[in-house]
Amino acid sequence: MAEHAVSAKKASEKKGDNYRHKLALSRIGCYIVLAIICFLCLFFFYMLLINSSRNTFQIQQGFSFLPGASFGINLINLLNDANIPVVSGVLNSLIVSSLTACLAVYFSALTAYAIFAYDFKLRNFAFTLILLIMVMPTQISAVGFVNQMEKMGLKDSLIPLFLPAVASPVVAFFMKQYMDSNLPIEIVEAARIDGCSEFRTFNTIVLPMMKPAVAVQAIFAFVGAWNNFFIPALLLDSANKKTLPILIMQLRSADFLKFDMGKVYMLITIAIIPVVIIYFFLSKYIVGGVTTGSVKG
Amino acid sequence: MKTPAKASSGTARKKQKHINYSKWGYVFLLPFFITFIIFQLIPLISTIYYSFFKYFRSGLKIIGPIFVGFDNYKSLFHSPDLFNYMGNTMLLWIVGFIPQILISLLLAAWFTNTRLRLRGLRFFKTVIYMPNLIMASAFAMLFFALFSDNGPVNGSLIAMGLIHQPVRFLSTVSGTRGLIIFMNFLMWFGNTTILLMAAILGIDPCLYEAAEIDGASSNQMFWRITIPLIKPIMAYVLITSLIGGLQMFDVPQILTNGTGSPDNTSTTMIMYLNNHMYSKNYGMAGAISTILFIICAILCLLVYKTMTDTDGTKNRTKKRRRTAHG
Repeated sequence: MAEHAVSAKKASEKKGDNYRHKLALSRIGCYIVLAIICFLCLFFFYMLLINSSRNTFQIQQGFSFLPGASFGINLINLLNDANIPVVSGVLNSLIVSSLTACLAVYFSALTAYAIFAYDFKLRNFAFTLILLIMVMPTQISAVGFVNQMEKMGLKDSLIPLFLPAVASPVVAFFMKQYMDSNLPIEIVEAARIDGCSEFRTFNTIVLPMMKPAVAVQAIFAFVGAWNNFFIPALLLDSANKKTLPILIMQLRSADFLKFDMGKVYMLITIAIIPVVIIYFFLSKYIVGGVTTGSVKG
Repeated sequence: MKTPAKASSGTARKKQKHINYSKWGYVFLLPFFITFIIFQLIPLISTIYYSFFKYFRSGLKIIGPIFVGFDNYKSLFHSPDLFNYMGNTMLLWIVGFIPQILISLLLAAWFTNTRLRLRGLRFFKTVIYMPNLIMASAFAMLFFALFSDNGPVNGSLIAMGLIHQPVRFLSTVSGTRGLIIFMNFLMWFGNTTILLMAAILGIDPCLYEAAEIDGASSNQMFWRITIPLIKPIMAYVLITSLIGGLQMFDVPQILTNGTGSPDNTSTTMIMYLNNHMYSKNYGMAGAISTILFIICAILCLLVYKTMTDTDGTKNRTKKRRRTAHG
């Protein structure tokens, strides 16, 4: 294989300057297109940040690449707005998202482990079911879900926003895939011989070995819950229970023209930027997490 | 290396079969299935159940549930709304999906091209994937603020002297639809690119080396090797994107304040469902949900098929899964 590669390289070198010239040109073309695409991806978020630091008048003048001086004022104005409970909104969003991430990751790993490590009659059935419901949208059962939560006295509560995360088929599927390529069954067997109970084996041996998958899936679950809009909008009524997307909806349906635009951008910033910050710190793991197949023990 | 180790683990497990661990499989599956039944299965069944009932609130009075058979479906199919909104949803999806798959393919091909050897790949991947994690409702609110009649986009265009009157983006059909499509494109093309990249990187490099020795050009290699071998992943991307498209809600809902303006031309299926939910007409909402459920069930089956298919690149993961269980 290596010989082929070397000979291929030699052959390509023989093609000479013309080839290299062409390659350099197409490389420049690629970079230009990539630069445009990156600009499109980043421009709106940069404008968001800039506008959250400007006042209404400045914002209406048009775009600027330099920040204004009203960041603090916009933030204070937003925090003092009695109609938009931002602080409780952020806290509610944080509670729901963190609990969703923990529940989804732990119980999905447990579910995946059940299918991975044990031979039982319904095992194939369980895995097939997970694959089948994996991409089924939750909106479809919203009618029954909202009704049922009302009957259970859980309407206008945060519980139905995070408790269903115990059954997250997508997370369970990825955990199962990760176990197949990264978790040697011999370790489980060794633990058994040493007299470790099945539940303890999972908690103290399997779960720590799943760390990379757990981290990536926890981030996805957190972000998914943080951004969730449809179900919370149907369930939450009281002001102190509302999560951030509901506050955004509320802002949108308010009489927009009377609004202090600085405040609007500030709320959007608060909703978006935490995720962006988490992402830029952990992007290595998020993008790389997909290809962690080589850590096999 | 991999296969013998796995196989021996399989036989080792078979030897121990006299110790019965299988009950632990059920115990560990219990939380998942209890939660699934309470929060997903029963609601789904009752949603379908409600679709056969007249069940709505008029004023403060709750009417029903009265069994009406297929009346909800009949009224759904007799009014043009269902077809209009389904049409809107499909239009918004497909016009966004075509450029998305083309650009994603192009980028994935560039990023994996060993001759081009582009630098800064991690940076590019990080940037293009970012919009996918953004809160769709906040993103739509941002676009609404930027593109509103006296927003900064119009401000800039007037200041540059390109226009004299503000462009009323959100009052025109093409403006609103265009913005929704553009937002969906921005949010999803990075995800598709990374999926396709993983698929291309999964192709055996020997194939490219052999083709190179035979004198194949980059273009030939792309069309004759890459494209045929990533077809299963492309099918997966297509179907999951279609399911995502059917769920389109956050962006048009916030952008148009739930009205689907102008004149309901950007009302999607889930917005239609949401409107019935909001007016507490559970019978009609149930009927819409059931129709969507049938469509999604078919699509879910297709996804299942692409993931367990016996030909193509997925083949290898499937085989690995099989040997892992002996």
